[in-house]
Amino acid sequence: MIINHPLLGPCDAQEFIYKGDARLIDRPDGMSDGAEAAFYDYAYLRDNPAGEHRELWFHEQGDRSWLVVTRNTLTHEITSVELARDVARSRGRSA
Amino acid sequence: MHDLAPLTALGTTRPRQDTIGPLTISEAPDWALASVAARLEQERACADALAGLLGGPAPGIAQHVQGAELGAFWIGPHIWLIEAPYTPDLAQRVKSACGGSASVTDQTDAWVRFDLTGGGIVAVMERLSNLDIAQMQPAQARRTVIEHLGCYVIRHADSLTIYGPRASAQSLHHALVTAAKSAL
Repeated sequence: MIINHPLLGPCDAQEFIYKGDARLIDRPDGMSDGAEAAFYDYAYLRDNPAGEHRELWFHEQGDRSWLVVTRNTLTHEITSVELARDVARSRGRSA
Repeated sequence: MHDLAPLTALGTTRPRQDTIGPLTISEAPDWALASVAARLEQERACADALAGLLGGPAPGIAQHVQGAELGAFWIGPHIWLIEAPYTPDLAQRVKSACGGSASVTDQTDAWVRFDLTGGGIVAVMERLSNLDIAQMQPAQARRTVIEHLGCYVIRHADSLTIYGPRASAQSLHHALVTAAKSAL
């Protein structure tokens, strides 16, 4: 499988480590009302879609960037690759 | 007083050199390295400081630049490695130039450097790494895996430089020589 890195171009998936559902970016506010339930959901509950899935990949044997890869779990087709930093910033999650 | 004999990463007093067919693999111990990581929201100031050190723009994505005294290559977003002929104060010099805009770490003793010169570089490297070596242009630098080791590979016009983890210098050297004997 080839991941088309937004900075470096096509890279072998062997260079990456899979880090799970991209929803991990949306860490709940631990000080808010209902934080316990929100963290239970955040820590334990995952969707397992047969189809398009947004997931985190870490370029461990490359430039160490975190990516959000949109992948079809049925076909392995990758339709979008973004820097996780940009995704997090667009949601106000990172400076 | 201590009386220590300087040894290269391969444990000898003189750098190892192997010639296999048209290719020469040379251990190059006389290099100093320092890493530079721009601090948050200081990326511009850090790049400007590096430009001052290098006498030209800091290297862009996957690029290597050679200044009058110092070289530098990109290893990640807003992270670079600075290289220079051996000097004990490279990291201090880079830190004083970058000030509070970057975190600088001396990397000299962390890496072993091998220079590949002569013919057959592509044939050897395509057996060692999944980089597209034939497509790499001079002054491009990438991180990759060679023999399960994370290494930096820098393409020059007529040679290739590999930085690998110094603690695994013999494993990396063995892999290079084995691949060269197989390919050439």
